[in-house]
Amino acid sequence: MSNKADIYKKLGLTDEEYKLIIGHLDREPNDLELAMFSVMWSEHCSYKSSKIHLKRLPTKGDKVLVGPGENAGVIDVGDNLAIALRIESHNHPSAIEPAQGAATGAGGILRDIFTMGARPIALLDPLYVGPLDQPRHRWHLEGIVRGISSYGNSVGVPTVGGEIHFDPCYGGNPLVNVACVGVLEKDKLVLGQASGVGNLAVLLGSTTGKDGIGGVSVLASASFDTNSNDTEKLPSVQVGDPYEEKRLIEACLELIDKRLVVGIQDLGGAGLTCATSETAARANLGMDVDISQVHLREINMSPIEIMTSESQERMLAIVTKENLELLFQIAKKWEIAASVIGKVTEPVESVGYLRIFDGFENEPLAVIPAKSLADEAPLYERPTTKPGQITTKDIVGLNFGSDGKRADLKPSYSLNSTDLKNDLLKMLIKPEWIYRQYDHQLFLNTLIGPGNGAAVLRLAAPGVKKTKKAISITTDGNPKWCAIDPFWGTYLTVVEALTNIAITGATTQAIINCLNFGNPENPEVMWQFSKSVDGLKTACEAFGLPVVGGNVSFYNSTNGVDIDPTPVIGAIGLHPDIAKLLKTKDRNTESYEYDFFVLNGPDITTDDTRFSLAGSKWATQLHNLQGGFLPEIDIDETRNFLIKVAEVVQNQDIGLVQIDDISEGGLISTVAKMLIRYSQHLQLNKLLDPKSDEITSGNIQKQVDYKLGIKIENNLSVNSLFSELPGRAVVQVLKNKSQLFKSCMDEQNIRCYFLGSSTKNTLEIGADISIDLVEAFEHYQSSLDSVMS
Amino acid sequence: MDKQGSDRHLYEVLVEVRHKEKIADPEGNTIKKALSALGYDRVSRVSVGKAIRVQISADNETEALNQVDKMTQRLLANPVLENYSISVEESNSHA
Amino acid sequence: MPNLIGIVVFPGTNCEFDVAEAVEAVGGNYRFIFHLDKELSDIDAVVIAGGFAHGDYLRPGAIARFSPIMESIEKFAEDGRPVIGICNGFQVLTEAGLLPGALQKNSNLTFLCEPTVLNIETNETPFTSKLSPGSKVKLFINHFSGNYTCNDQTLQELKSNNQIVLTYLNNPNGSTQNIAGICNATRNVVGLMPHPERAIDELLGSDDGLKFFKSLINL
Repeated sequence: MSNKADIYKKLGLTDEEYKLIIGHLDREPNDLELAMFSVMWSEHCSYKSSKIHLKRLPTKGDKVLVGPGENAGVIDVGDNLAIALRIESHNHPSAIEPAQGAATGAGGILRDIFTMGARPIALLDPLYVGPLDQPRHRWHLEGIVRGISSYGNSVGVPTVGGEIHFDPCYGGNPLVNVACVGVLEKDKLVLGQASGVGNLAVLLGSTTGKDGIGGVSVLASASFDTNSNDTEKLPSVQVGDPYEEKRLIEACLELIDKRLVVGIQDLGGAGLTCATSETAARANLGMDVDISQVHLREINMSPIEIMTSESQERMLAIVTKENLELLFQIAKKWEIAASVIGKVTEPVESVGYLRIFDGFENEPLAVIPAKSLADEAPLYERPTTKPGQITTKDIVGLNFGSDGKRADLKPSYSLNSTDLKNDLLKMLIKPEWIYRQYDHQLFLNTLIGPGNGAAVLRLAAPGVKKTKKAISITTDGNPKWCAIDPFWGTYLTVVEALTNIAITGATTQAIINCLNFGNPENPEVMWQFSKSVDGLKTACEAFGLPVVGGNVSFYNSTNGVDIDPTPVIGAIGLHPDIAKLLKTKDRNTESYEYDFFVLNGPDITTDDTRFSLAGSKWATQLHNLQGGFLPEIDIDETRNFLIKVAEVVQNQDIGLVQIDDISEGGLISTVAKMLIRYSQHLQLNKLLDPKSDEITSGNIQKQVDYKLGIKIENNLSVNSLFSELPGRAVVQVLKNKSQLFKSCMDEQNIRCYFLGSSTKNTLEIGADISIDLVEAFEHYQSSLDSVMS
Repeated sequence: MDKQGSDRHLYEVLVEVRHKEKIADPEGNTIKKALSALGYDRVSRVSVGKAIRVQISADNETEALNQVDKMTQRLLANPVLENYSISVEESNSHA
Repeated sequence: MPNLIGIVVFPGTNCEFDVAEAVEAVGGNYRFIFHLDKELSDIDAVVIAGGFAHGDYLRPGAIARFSPIMESIEKFAEDGRPVIGICNGFQVLTEAGLLPGALQKNSNLTFLCEPTVLNIETNETPFTSKLSPGSKVKLFINHFSGNYTCNDQTLQELKSNNQIVLTYLNNPNGSTQNIAGICNATRNVVGLMPHPERAIDELLGSDDGLKFFKSLINL
């Protein structure tokens, strides 16, 4: 063996960290102990660079049953029910092997949810990949979607939402985030604790193999060089088995339902080392583990390999001796392997030790205070430096605010039908190619599914008493905002998420976040991270919301260039009554006329300085205009809007047909998508009409040519059309109820601006602009399909 | 070698399950199109099937093949969609 | 008394709860039948629910057809009693030889979860008796292997015996003759790829599935 320093450095530990380990042990560690420390003290497991910042986030609230730090956050939703939720990243594994990386990401987060005793009822997948003009990026997207589809569908958990972003900064390092929601009866909540001295630790599920060895320290901490050979890294990619996971879900939920376990934890990053040390540490006890009892996939596995393997679909259950036989029966029913691998032990002088044996009759191979592994990794306050000012290019005669206020990118770019249509078409990308590959309906909960902002699900799950409530869930990110200003960018992203929830009629209960950043050893990245956390904190405090879970993914970069800061914000809301959901079912007829309004924000007919285009898709992606000052929201008005609009959309009597928020692509994109979505409803209805017998086959879209259009009388500015100022919405209202709707908005103190009235087949603005919607419709339907096929 | 003293051998039998020629083969056609796009325009047919390796102990090769033939008819191939062929890849007397 | 519906659960089945809810929605009773069970004497109709029985490994339905419950289901079907296979259940029934043909991968080689409009071709089955031939329904599909395939002889038999139960208005998966569902020659075994249990409430996008379950409940 070469000298110790070489070994620990290869494992990613620093000289100082090695000294700390000696301090914890009071002696030099052996190789197994060193390996266990290295995986537990990795960035991925210990959050050592981010924890100091994350401590600033508000995590308390009346409804919070479990905050960050456990396997998942849990909130109380009444009716003796609770929701478990979590978000994670699986970025680096997905860069190497997109399908397996994304699949195992879904598998991992499901275990985090059902380990709390919750039935997972929904997945959401925010994805960030490079532009699809490059084959490698298409390979990423195709594989990622296939991975999520094959795993999620087979394991029997619907994927109900997510988002898709394209940007060159993700070309070598796509982001695959995944959020999961579960439902449980409040009194069945189980924590990942190894309580009760003498209780047994049982390993459930798949065999332990050499897959994922070093995955934590190698995969989650090495950035990618596109010139290197990916195949060299393949052995550490884990392979998912959704069928094993499905049986594991059923077995674990049955164990929890019958109250046969005192604690349970999934095996994720750092495998057995993490599960055993964390469960023992949480209970302030120790654990003895016998690795000779671990069911293995390969012979000749070393203790280090067994203790750090990241083989998928495994759980560690803590049971009393009396319940062991019942546990074995349930495991047998679901064809799940189960081995007693350890027992909970008394602390020695109030220190709980994790001891690893190869047969309990032998001397221990490792003796480590459990808390030193689980809780006592060093925390770093890494240096931060504000990046140099982002330079702004002026390519189409735009002039910028010079007074230092957040008012910017005020173009003198003139509008005409051709340019506006070209810009609009580039922004209309229908994600259906993605979500139709996902089962998004299982459990009959999906009331509003993917492709519509927030997903709305019945608050229900198999084995749980029915309620009339619904939950509303969304994930949102806008890295272009955050690249310009990570504080306000993150703040506005929170507002966008809250708006998505509010316009479904729900009230946001809690926030989760997945913070995807570059290399934390780069002080500019650390500055972005710190500012982003501050923005999240400030927004959550402004709207009175707790953060109940989060995940940090650092080292996202390609060839040394860090990604744009990409905080993904998840929000979950509660809707009181599914009977009050806004559905368009009875209003799909060509004979009605509609008015359209914009709710909240500055007057759309003015050239208000708050309609900044900085960080918008129009500026950054269509016209390569980076930088500027972000749009500015009125916080008090927005807070009022979010509360009141949720009440308004529950009102069935004011002629409201559709509502959508203004986000990526600005007002014009929102309007176009609403018109297209409504026309789709009409199409499907027409097909079901018994009189439409002549439609038997062929391209049905072309046979139903009516498209809802809009005529906007005013000339709107480029800023008004394309600004992504969040906290606003567009509504479609029955024309004969339009006055009633307007007065209702006045009563609620919601600013309400008339946009235009319905027409047929065209989108018209002022006297000069007219866009053919039949063409836009075709483009929207096929945009992603034609690229990906 | 064998503890029971019988003359058993370990065979590795390869079952090749093929898409029937008359049945539409979306996977094969898609690959054929991709190959043609790459310039391989002389490819007239691509068919995707499965190769299944079965390790089985038997007294002799005929018995091994018979056993695998039966299991292929019952489970490994679907007669509506698939044809198959069976061959012994390896034999080993250390059963 | 409404019929007691037996809902078959293999390891990997995942639509059993949804089928149960659909049965309850029309006032029926159900019992889950685990694949290791064999007892069907109290059951009036069997539904093999969708999902990924045995992980769909090898081929969808291939391993499930050898589960212990299948022997009882074969006898149940021979006695002329109703057996319905939805999605994965349809795949199991073709693998078991209770229905002719096979379901191969969708022609576009991707999973498809989307609404479809279907023509009701016959009401002479226990699952469509309350629907009108020639009418249209909106149901959702959710499958990777829903491309119905059979030889010419089978197709002729299906046609001449009026065994085609449902067809797609706009073929999503490459199925022969737009076939979405069929029955056996004695009409008591029905398999279909779309999921009527997902269409039991306007809030879910359609309630056209209710009539299928009403048919099954009140024979």
